[in-house]
Amino acid sequence: MRARPVGEHAVLVECDDAADVRATYAEIRLRASDLGAVEVVPAARTVLLDGLVDVSAALTAIADLQVPAGAGQEVPARLVEIPTRYDGEDLDEVARQWEVSTADVVRIHQAATFTVLFCGFAPGFAYCTGLPDGLTVSRRPDPRPKVPAGAVALAGEYTSVYPSASPGGWQLIGTTGIELWRLDAEEPALLTPGTRIRFVDE
Amino acid sequence: MSERSLEVLAPGALTTVQDLGRPGYAHLGVTRSGALDRPALRLANRLVGNAEDAAGLETTLDGVGLRAMQSCRIAVTGAEALVTVAGRAIAWGSAVPVPAGAEVVVGPALRGLRSYVAVAGGIEVEAVLGSRSTDLLSGLGPPPLTAGAVLPLGLAGDAPDEGSAVPRVRDAVLHLDLGPRADWFSADALAALEGATYEVGSASNRIGLRLTGAPVERERGGELPTEPMVLGAVQVPPSGQPVVFLADHPTTGGYPVIGVVREADLPVCAQARPGDRLTLRVVGGAAAERDRRPRS
Repeated sequence: MRARPVGEHAVLVECDDAADVRATYAEIRLRASDLGAVEVVPAARTVLLDGLVDVSAALTAIADLQVPAGAGQEVPARLVEIPTRYDGEDLDEVARQWEVSTADVVRIHQAATFTVLFCGFAPGFAYCTGLPDGLTVSRRPDPRPKVPAGAVALAGEYTSVYPSASPGGWQLIGTTGIELWRLDAEEPALLTPGTRIRFVDE
Repeated sequence: MSERSLEVLAPGALTTVQDLGRPGYAHLGVTRSGALDRPALRLANRLVGNAEDAAGLETTLDGVGLRAMQSCRIAVTGAEALVTVAGRAIAWGSAVPVPAGAEVVVGPALRGLRSYVAVAGGIEVEAVLGSRSTDLLSGLGPPPLTAGAVLPLGLAGDAPDEGSAVPRVRDAVLHLDLGPRADWFSADALAALEGATYEVGSASNRIGLRLTGAPVERERGGELPTEPMVLGAVQVPPSGQPVVFLADHPTTGGYPVIGVVREADLPVCAQARPGDRLTLRVVGGAAAERDRRPRS
């Protein structure tokens, strides 16, 4: 694996693509305590190990690591179904960008099995990949000051669901009533890196 | 109402409950949070006999007014301020007894920005994901203090050893390790960082310290795919005005990080006021950057 130091306590592993991030994250998470990492954080094309006591030792260990073929796929990942009402205000805009009908947007979104690549932006906000190759969505030029919790949205190569009300620039295509962030649960986030998700009719 | 508590009389501009934060949840988009000047909170806790990671209060510029519902011991560290108990001045940086019903007033910061108040037993508001810290970015943890709020206290341990702290004046210098994205900037821009002086912007907060000064010019265009961010990361947005990520920073970001501030200098960031001038020193990562670029 290729990695570069980040300050005194962290290392950033560089990946080729989203699939490589998934496999690398799965492999490093298994070895987190051996590597001395307090946090293992995936993102679009990188995986961060943070809280390291010895960065150069971690860099050496990571240089020797290979991502085994099929890493992260030994155990079928949890599959979460998200009941969705496709009533988003930007459904027409997404249809325009993809040059298809709004019914096709819904069909495409429901046909895909997505995987949470990483979380960010807000607690429990999951960036999920799985759109057909080449299909991307431009963000809104003016972010909305308030997007409600449960809004199902698209931006770039990702789909997501807003776990709580917040400002947001993603294109909204639907709504779900499912709770994505529960502090009283043992695992507060419903969607964690590696989780597979499918959007189904409400 | 529990007798072991503090009543908030005057919350100040922004006073929050802080411990050492909630590491371990960044992969869910939850930032670390916690005291910005960690050595100051640890010290205040030691002075009153608490574990170093007990929750205390972090003030911002103009202090806080409290009433002790039961006798207790307190210590104030961090930004120097005039502290009074029942109207009488007490020593900054020492554990002092507070009689039941007495008012504790931490005055405006005389030097620095954030004072830390530790109370024997610690502030025992409900913990969220293992921490009592207020995370202003995502709204986790207790809300900032408001007048009339009541803060429960834990049980005090044995009286600590007598001890006191002296105010520590730190140089207004931030030492940086270059990277991970120093290669997005020209060699000239990296060379210019060494010794550069920036002013602390007024929009600075617990999320980031905004520096204003000579723009840091990017060499590489385009967008960086969203990356995980660390505490102390110096992110350079398109304006070229660097932002140092502090405890409530977002867990991911899309602008290149030119360097990371050394942990020892994070208290300087915590105590810098808008208008203060900070000097950057590159102490690490420069050799790696030179190796990465073949000389032409």
